[in-house]
Amino acid sequence: MDRNGANANGARERYEVQEHDVLVIGAGGAGLRAAVAAADNGLSVGIVTKSLLGKAHTVMAEGGIAAALGNVDSEDGWQTHFMDTMKSGKFINDWQMAEIFAKEAPQRVYELEQWGALFNRTDRGGISQRPFGAHTYRRLCHVGDRTGLELIRTMQEKVLTTESKVYMETTVTKLFKKDGRVVGALAYTRESGKFIYIKAKAVVMATGGWGRIFEVTSNSWEGTGDGVVLSYDAGADLVDMEMMQFHPTGMVWPPGVRGLLVTEGVRGEGGLLKNAEGERYMERYDPQRMELSSRDVVARANYTEVQEGRGTEHGGVALDITHLGYDNIIKKLPTMHEQFLKLADIDIAREPMEVFPTVHYTMGGVKVDPETCASSVPGLYAAGEVAGGLHGANRLGGNSLSDLLVFGRRAGEGASAYVLESTHSAGTDEREVETEIGRVLLPFENKAGTESPYLIQQELQSVMMEHANLMRTEDSLKEGLGKVLGLKDRLEGLRVQGSRLFNPGWHTAQDVRYLVQISEIILRTALERKERRGAQWRLDYDGPDEELGRVNFIVSKDGQGEIGIEPREIPPMPEHLSELFREKVVDSAGGERRGAESQF
Amino acid sequence: MASITAAKNRLPWWVGPITVSTVLVLFTVYAMYVVFFRPDGQYQSLLSPFYSPPVGIPGWMPGWVTAPMLVLWIPLGFRATCYYYRKAYYRAFFWDPPACSSKAQEREPRGNNYNGERALFILNNIHRYFLYGSIIVVAFLWYETAVSFFPEGGFGMTIGSLVLLTNIVLLSGYTFSCHSFRHLVGGNKDCYSCVKSGGSTGSEVRSENFLRKLRRKTYNGVSVINGQHASWAWASLFMLLIADLYIRLLQAGVITDLRIF
Amino acid sequence: MDDRTADGGGLAPQAHANANGTAGENGKTTKLKIFRGDAEGGEEVEYELPMVEGMVVLDAVLNVQAEQAGDLAVRWNCKAAHCGSCSAEINGKPKLLCKTRMEEYDGEEIRVHPLKAFPVIKDLVSDVSWNYEVSRSMTPFTSDAQAPFTMYEEDVERLYEPKKCIECFMCQDVCHVLRTHNKHAEFAGPRFFVRAQWMEMHPMDNQNRLKYLHEERGGVGYCNITKCCTEVCPVGIKITDNAIIPLKERVADEYYDPAKWLMRKLRGNRNGARNGG
Repeated sequence: MDRNGANANGARERYEVQEHDVLVIGAGGAGLRAAVAAADNGLSVGIVTKSLLGKAHTVMAEGGIAAALGNVDSEDGWQTHFMDTMKSGKFINDWQMAEIFAKEAPQRVYELEQWGALFNRTDRGGISQRPFGAHTYRRLCHVGDRTGLELIRTMQEKVLTTESKVYMETTVTKLFKKDGRVVGALAYTRESGKFIYIKAKAVVMATGGWGRIFEVTSNSWEGTGDGVVLSYDAGADLVDMEMMQFHPTGMVWPPGVRGLLVTEGVRGEGGLLKNAEGERYMERYDPQRMELSSRDVVARANYTEVQEGRGTEHGGVALDITHLGYDNIIKKLPTMHEQFLKLADIDIAREPMEVFPTVHYTMGGVKVDPETCASSVPGLYAAGEVAGGLHGANRLGGNSLSDLLVFGRRAGEGASAYVLESTHSAGTDEREVETEIGRVLLPFENKAGTESPYLIQQELQSVMMEHANLMRTEDSLKEGLGKVLGLKDRLEGLRVQGSRLFNPGWHTAQDVRYLVQISEIILRTALERKERRGAQWRLDYDGPDEELGRVNFIVSKDGQGEIGIEPREIPPMPEHLSELFREKVVDSAGGERRGAESQF
Repeated sequence: MASITAAKNRLPWWVGPITVSTVLVLFTVYAMYVVFFRPDGQYQSLLSPFYSPPVGIPGWMPGWVTAPMLVLWIPLGFRATCYYYRKAYYRAFFWDPPACSSKAQEREPRGNNYNGERALFILNNIHRYFLYGSIIVVAFLWYETAVSFFPEGGFGMTIGSLVLLTNIVLLSGYTFSCHSFRHLVGGNKDCYSCVKSGGSTGSEVRSENFLRKLRRKTYNGVSVINGQHASWAWASLFMLLIADLYIRLLQAGVITDLRIF
Repeated sequence: MDDRTADGGGLAPQAHANANGTAGENGKTTKLKIFRGDAEGGEEVEYELPMVEGMVVLDAVLNVQAEQAGDLAVRWNCKAAHCGSCSAEINGKPKLLCKTRMEEYDGEEIRVHPLKAFPVIKDLVSDVSWNYEVSRSMTPFTSDAQAPFTMYEEDVERLYEPKKCIECFMCQDVCHVLRTHNKHAEFAGPRFFVRAQWMEMHPMDNQNRLKYLHEERGGVGYCNITKCCTEVCPVGIKITDNAIIPLKERVADEYYDPAKWLMRKLRGNRNGARNGG
């Protein structure tokens, strides 16, 4: 079905109309799992993805998927996984999410195996598990160092067995609301530049993170945070937006690959961090856990070593895995071996890697109900990296992949239940569609405009690198905010040339709007959290603040369309959870460990 | 090694297919010559590999039938249907495709009559039967090689016996690195340890008896040498020529077979 | 597509390629030719850009996109050879742009074109959606056993290799059955033989795809094992030796082996009832 809309010149713009019960935006692990859940409920599902199917950032997850199967360390159980997650998140996580997560992760891993995913095996024929930073036990189910690929391919092939319609290389520009509910979205096909108006009774947001606001990031071009801004614009609450995870080990050299991820699996397999003086400096930062400390600690250690002049040739630290030997490296870290050999001419079996922190993950995001993943806007659900709450102030390695599946499924189920219960119809007034089409086409029409979207993106990235890095101060954050607001004003002047046929300049003009909006939110929330906690490390404050440790900062669009920030009290943990941290825990397998441990 | 590969990559695309077709044509011409014009391949204790197993020619056969004709079709058929040689001659003779770059593929014959291995070349599926035959031939060649180590009744070693030994080692490598052999010893199984495939209660015990273990080890071993099947193919082909030529030179009295001990 | 020139898209600070004198930190520049055009045709356009140490071809293309040709279409995602998005043809050979260093072509001309076995959309982007249709046409992994499975390393180790596939579709691009003979309707292509192989050899899978491979969409008989797919695989899967030939052998078991056929007759097994184990 084709309809006519108006572009900025008033000329009629034809667009396609589609309708689904559930529209999933994003085709990474969470989006695909949500789609499978909704399709299993007999609903009509549409999946929109900016890339081709199976190319989502999930493929970059290398280390593994954390789930307390207890295959290798039988003492492991959901309680320990829960505690590790909470401790690593510095207790501002949503404890209910963390509980659900730790309990359901094993089922999701087995489900993946049922659908054809293949993991490395133990001697007894079970799924093998490897150690990882700040996980008490060996917990990461993995297949070499390409677990994310296995997950996305399995989910992709599963989704192709359902009736779901996949809109590949399609970008969503706006969510439509009617009577307070989300009822559809406008999208355009990147390939042709043609618009699709997708009516939907419910929308599951699974667009991933927004690492692209930084220059040095492990994220692909896709990580522009579309979903968080779309949700925010639709009125949804956001949580913990100040929390950006810096992965301790990104590549440093050559310049083209700066920021490219070096999996934590290297340290999981015994990799050692050394500074230019050859000192194994983690001894000074976390003598107990050393290289396998939590990511925020290791990232700051690496950063500090370089800042204090003990960095390597290209401004990094050395990560050494040579002692593992060539055969083991090829077996356990084949992708890393290849990556360094091919891109940096370094054989990691012979010489150490040079690494430095790189922006990796966004803990914050859309605030959701732990059971159903419903946002504060009816009809809008969120799961995966775009949702906030599970990881608190710092995410544990390997928790992301299980997060995708646990909450992807719950979002799909939540959206399905909502659609099955409600009687509302999808779609909104078509004038809204026409107005939005006009707005999206504006950069083509903007004859007076002089701004290049690429240039604004580059400038924004360097502003965020300078002012919102892993060490922050009030003055610098404020200065950064001023610069971002300046860039925001310049968005008006965006102009693109060429046709609408696969035009990356035009696509970037959409992305850069999201990036600027998110940067402003991050800077503002970072100004609010005046303490050192996990990924938020304020140099102008000495340590964690007890008061702030009991709140999350909730962001929502206020009446004037401005960013509203409100501290929200974290409800106290129920007895069955809080007691875990007080007592010695004896789990079913009879293993025991101390629950009480310093938070920092 | 890297520089060799780089140099190879810089050669024009047609060097590969032309070289292969030239070598294969020369070999075929030589083999035909042997088959039709050389009834005898024996020199003292040395038997040219072209003539093994040394079957007698039944009296009712026409006079032009030579011994090689009765056996040589097995190894030749084995090579003609071999997965590696198939690649080689599809590329070299049929130019389908001649090489993998876009320039080369532009030269490929077009049209709607491409059938791959669905029409005439469907016959190549008989490969495994040539393998079975070749295994028998290889057994005979081992026997002939053993015989060559007894030049004048007692144990000894001549250059000729070393030539035959090298030949049979390479030929065995070629025969047992065959894709069909790999399939036979394990490629046709989905599981070595499970009681059965396609279903598991998740609690079954690994049943690793001796035969299963042997099968797995054999499959893994064959997989390793299978990776070099092309090298085995060429090496054994050239060695075959060398062995036959050597014996022919001995027959002609051009050289003598040096005795080492 | 009237405005397809070297300086399209986002307003470029540098107006035209050849007028661009900016240089890398050492003052060196480099050149490459990129196909600019769409389904109706197009031409190579030469760009000059600063040479940065260790630069891959994708870096160069993105630099051109940001500085000189904002509407230059190229697919990419991870930039780490993990996702298989940035497949294109460099000097006539399929390559991942993110994994191919500029230095490899020292002194040579670099010409970047889109994959040719599929319809070109624009510039370096081809329409690869056909591959997803093929994927959908295959019987997925199916097991009547309930996970967690008990499987041993020795039984699954040969499945890791096909599972490495990043779906860059370069094997599909280079395969002459698709590229030259256009058998898209009746041939699945190397990528999907790789997929079929792990499913067929998976100890827990209970399906049989030989009919699909031999009589239906799979069309494995069209493959004449000329190994171009193996030559281009960026993750080093020995596609021909370890996926296609093992499948051809299984097809031969089922369709071309008189002894097996006789054995099946005697045992009363029909096609498709292969137990595999």
